[in-house]
Amino acid sequence: MKIKNIIITFISAIALALSSSSISLAKVVGDKIILGAAVSLTGKYSTNGEHTKNGYNFAVERINSMGGIKVGGKTYKFDIIYYDDESNSGRAAQLAERLIKQDGVQYMLGPYSSGLTKAIAPVTEENKIPMVEANGASRSLFTKGYKYLFAVLSAANQYLEVAIDLAVEKNGGNPVKIAMAFEQDAFSQDVRIGVVEAAKRTGSKIIIDDKLPKELNDMAATLAKVKATKPDVLVVSGHSKGALTAIRQIAEMKVDVKMLAMTHCDASKLAKQHGKNSEYALCAAQWHKSLSYKDKFFGDGMKYDKEFKAQFGYAPPYQAAESSAALLVWKDAFERANSLDKDKVRDALSKTDMQTFYGNIKFSPAGQNIAKPMVLFQVRCEGDKCENKVVAPTKWAAAKLVHPVPKWSER
Amino acid sequence: MPPKFWGHFFMDLLIFQAPILMVQASLDGILLGILFALIAYGMALQWGVMNIINIAQGELVIVGGYIAYFMYKAGVHPGFGIIVSPIIMYFVGWGLYKLVINKVVDRDLFISILATFGISILTQQLMNFIFGSDVVVAQSNFGTTMFFDGMVTLPNAKIFAAIVSIAFAIGLVIYMRKSKLGRAIRATAQNARAAKIMGVNTEKVYAATFGINAALCGVAGSLIAITFTLHPYVGLPYTVRSFMIVIIAGLGNLPGVALSGMGLGVFEEFADYILGTEFRIGSVFTLLVLILVYRRFKLSRKREYLK
Repeated sequence: MKIKNIIITFISAIALALSSSSISLAKVVGDKIILGAAVSLTGKYSTNGEHTKNGYNFAVERINSMGGIKVGGKTYKFDIIYYDDESNSGRAAQLAERLIKQDGVQYMLGPYSSGLTKAIAPVTEENKIPMVEANGASRSLFTKGYKYLFAVLSAANQYLEVAIDLAVEKNGGNPVKIAMAFEQDAFSQDVRIGVVEAAKRTGSKIIIDDKLPKELNDMAATLAKVKATKPDVLVVSGHSKGALTAIRQIAEMKVDVKMLAMTHCDASKLAKQHGKNSEYALCAAQWHKSLSYKDKFFGDGMKYDKEFKAQFGYAPPYQAAESSAALLVWKDAFERANSLDKDKVRDALSKTDMQTFYGNIKFSPAGQNIAKPMVLFQVRCEGDKCENKVVAPTKWAAAKLVHPVPKWSER
Repeated sequence: MPPKFWGHFFMDLLIFQAPILMVQASLDGILLGILFALIAYGMALQWGVMNIINIAQGELVIVGGYIAYFMYKAGVHPGFGIIVSPIIMYFVGWGLYKLVINKVVDRDLFISILATFGISILTQQLMNFIFGSDVVVAQSNFGTTMFFDGMVTLPNAKIFAAIVSIAFAIGLVIYMRKSKLGRAIRATAQNARAAKIMGVNTEKVYAATFGINAALCGVAGSLIAITFTLHPYVGLPYTVRSFMIVIIAGLGNLPGVALSGMGLGVFEEFADYILGTEFRIGSVFTLLVLILVYRRFKLSRKREYLK
């Protein structure tokens, strides 16, 4: 018994020694700056987790091959430690803890989804570890007074505000009648807040306000109400499932509305899966390849799109683009701080003001990117081939908004 | 009054202002209910015969749906999924029985719940791994039937789903009455030990029952592929719903299963209009609790009598 105790003590002493020695090494190993990330590689977010990881890796390779990061006269390269959070927020928080306490990571990248970012943020905040995240858009991330969280993407409540403004503009500046259906989850409800605020601002009236249960596969009741009340705008947000269900049932039930505004059209491959039925749907997106932002690493959106496709075999969704942008922000902050000290880098991060191929990035005191507007695109079809065309903001519009949407009887 | 109340009040009025919505709600509910009843019928069958509550029911449905989806991807009309999917799923169910279920069939109910819960998680992850985590749909292009000047619409895909569900249910009832295996299944359900003594190979009956259940899930799944959406993690609502239908109807009561399926469907649609969409699922669960409490109340009176 005594010998067993001694052995256990011995082993734990070695383990402790090993782990503490890794702390002193991990933040910068040789010429490598180590970033940590928990990303969903399995579980329900695995597709988007993969996009996130590919976006990160693509940028790391690009930055490293183009001269790396220059801090204090020395050149460093980026390297990322990944863990799989299994799309589970408890696991994500655990892994963040492990990255910081065991692996000694001092600079974090965000996971995929608002929910997981919310799980990780308290951990990074408590340990005063700066995190640049690219896939958590929930508004509540920016209302808790976090000091070490920086998001390169626009917040969820900004997603569909533009659509309401557009509808009012098309209505000759007069208020419109809005019907909305939002899933009951953090993200969709944040999108809803934005729409409600836009409605208030424009004096528009919300006549249907349905909150869809997560388990729900059927929107028939909501759409029947829409048919009976004839609103000017129908707003739907419920991740990929919501977008696909909405389009399927709108086409089946022949629901005519002047404007249909949604989220997750690209994530759900709406144009491909529903073809002509999805035509004229208006969608909010963080990024589109045709926008004319530029940087010296990726050139512009078109170039990013082409090179990403060549390397990974598929066109980059905005989840990949914003993830790549997070690395550009890190590089910029390290060089401006001219230090590897995490607090100095944090201060540099908070003063970020730059343009990337993904958009302009400038953080509010809450860590929210306030320099980049959302874009709206509309699904347009030629024959059986449907594509997303940017219609707003007008600066980048590649096509004119079709308004009102043609009636089903005339299609 | 809080503004929310007025919101509901408005919707409340809407269904009375436009009574045509009641027709729409009833028809939607019935069509939805028939589809759920088919899944519930499979669950009732294997619950009755094997005394196993299959938590993986919804996952079997989704696997069946993916079979139809991949047929659609390969250029075959997904409607044919109702033939291909049950055949494949029968063997999947049979294999599952041989691998796992036969080890828990005579054990405590709790153990079988754990085992099927394990199967459910494993199936979800496998589907995610093999099919990816994207939400997918198969297009049937069946069109829409319209009544009352387009005010009431019924997607033909949903009508097709209801007709197919009814056809399979009736076919199965006839099969249970007339065929040798059907009679053996019914005998095992009544008294497994007596059936064994009479020369029924209960092992084979169990495997066949689980296979038939999986096949029914396959049919339902391929119908869901053309009416709703598919996703590796979307199976649970189907398990829960079929469980509720069976609880309300009782085992071995096919008309009861069909009625309770449709009843719940209609109840859910009306709850949506009157209470609001957010209370839709909640109201169905409330109804379930009320029914269970009522049942228990009745049962306790009976027990007193027995004492």
